[in-house]
Amino acid sequence: MINTDAIIIGAGPTGLFAVHQLGIIGLKCEIIDNLDRSGGQCIELYPDKPIYDIPAIPECTGEELTNGLLKQIEPFKAGFHLGQRVDEIKKENNLWILKTNKGNLFSAPNIIIAGGVGSFEPRKLAFKEAEKFEGSQIFYSITNKDLFKNKKISIFGGGDSALDWALELSKSNEVTLIHRRTEFRGAAHTLSETKQKEKEGKILIKTPCNLKSIEGDKVMSGIEIEYEDGKLEKIKTDYILSFFGLIMKLGPIAEWGLNIDKKTIPVDTENFQTNKEGIFAVGDICTYPGKLKLILSGFHEAALAARACFKRAKPNETYRFEFTTASKSIHDRLGVKK
Amino acid sequence: MPKITYITHDGEKNTVEVPTGLSVMEGALQNNIKGIDADCGGSMACATCHVYVSENWLNKIEKIHDAEQDMLDMAYEPKKNSRLSCQIIITNDLDGLEVTTPIKQT
Repeated sequence: MINTDAIIIGAGPTGLFAVHQLGIIGLKCEIIDNLDRSGGQCIELYPDKPIYDIPAIPECTGEELTNGLLKQIEPFKAGFHLGQRVDEIKKENNLWILKTNKGNLFSAPNIIIAGGVGSFEPRKLAFKEAEKFEGSQIFYSITNKDLFKNKKISIFGGGDSALDWALELSKSNEVTLIHRRTEFRGAAHTLSETKQKEKEGKILIKTPCNLKSIEGDKVMSGIEIEYEDGKLEKIKTDYILSFFGLIMKLGPIAEWGLNIDKKTIPVDTENFQTNKEGIFAVGDICTYPGKLKLILSGFHEAALAARACFKRAKPNETYRFEFTTASKSIHDRLGVKK
Repeated sequence: MPKITYITHDGEKNTVEVPTGLSVMEGALQNNIKGIDADCGGSMACATCHVYVSENWLNKIEKIHDAEQDMLDMAYEPKKNSRLSCQIIITNDLDGLEVTTPIKQT
């Protein structure tokens, strides 16, 4: 069990800045995210797209913003727990106890939920029959490519993940790449390499078509695809790999007894506390009259929630507002050299 | 004010007035129309405001851009007449527009 002053759920820009705001007022924290890297939507949805409304930064990408925040919070040495999702919370006396899906336990008087629109999960194939083959013959991500040696593989999707895996797996497998339209979107060199492999007969490309049905009872034996003009084609398939990006699901947060309004959590704008004492919500996941889903709003919300955490983390101390320009104790926490 | 009709996959129709300048997605959210999730809030990053636009309206709305087409690859059962409703901005010319929502968004 890790004991700390505050646990932040979600390592997107707002969660990362919450580490900073807790850190400068002398609070320790641990941060947990379902993704295996920090940055949240900035990294998953638009790492290369420019953002123009971060104060004093005329233009930066989602990745640059994330890296800047990570650098800014380095001095506080927060514990990062990536690739795991908080599944359960319960209250013991004045402390919240959290348990992740990897079985790790945390305890703190404060939880700051900076969960964005929920946790990212792969978008699954919309077929009932798909369910029974998931994890055995249908995959949405690949951890062990040796599984696919000398097999017939049908890959769905038109983006970089689909193309990259088609290229990689075409080295030792029969690969069919299936996409709903003739254009693929991917890095230029990936696209040209895919075209080359198609010419060489190493990758079969089927467009414009969609998955029509999955065949097989206990074991999937093949699939049927449907072209835009209605023509059907059967393809022998040992494995389906499907790359349709990520969706966001509120997930277990919905089960914690928090008030929820249209997938968001109403908060008190004085301290960003939810209906549960000691649980705060900041960033895209919180709502209040006038709420704007902007990164800069998340920063403000994190600043206020952090101050509210102080009272619960150090009930016998008085919080004093200080400026980072002038405070010696903040300089010490930041490791500023004289 | 332009009238926009949202039709669910099983044919339930909802006609609402939406001010010009808003997107078809925003019109749906403001009127509690079911079937449009809009998880990313209109940043064209999630494909959960996906709608089908009937042929006769398709050429009246602004042409689809590559980035929207790319995002539609991720949508649930995209078709030739698929659009992201966050990218359809309502003008007076779109008075009477009908869009159909898919069986589900994710």
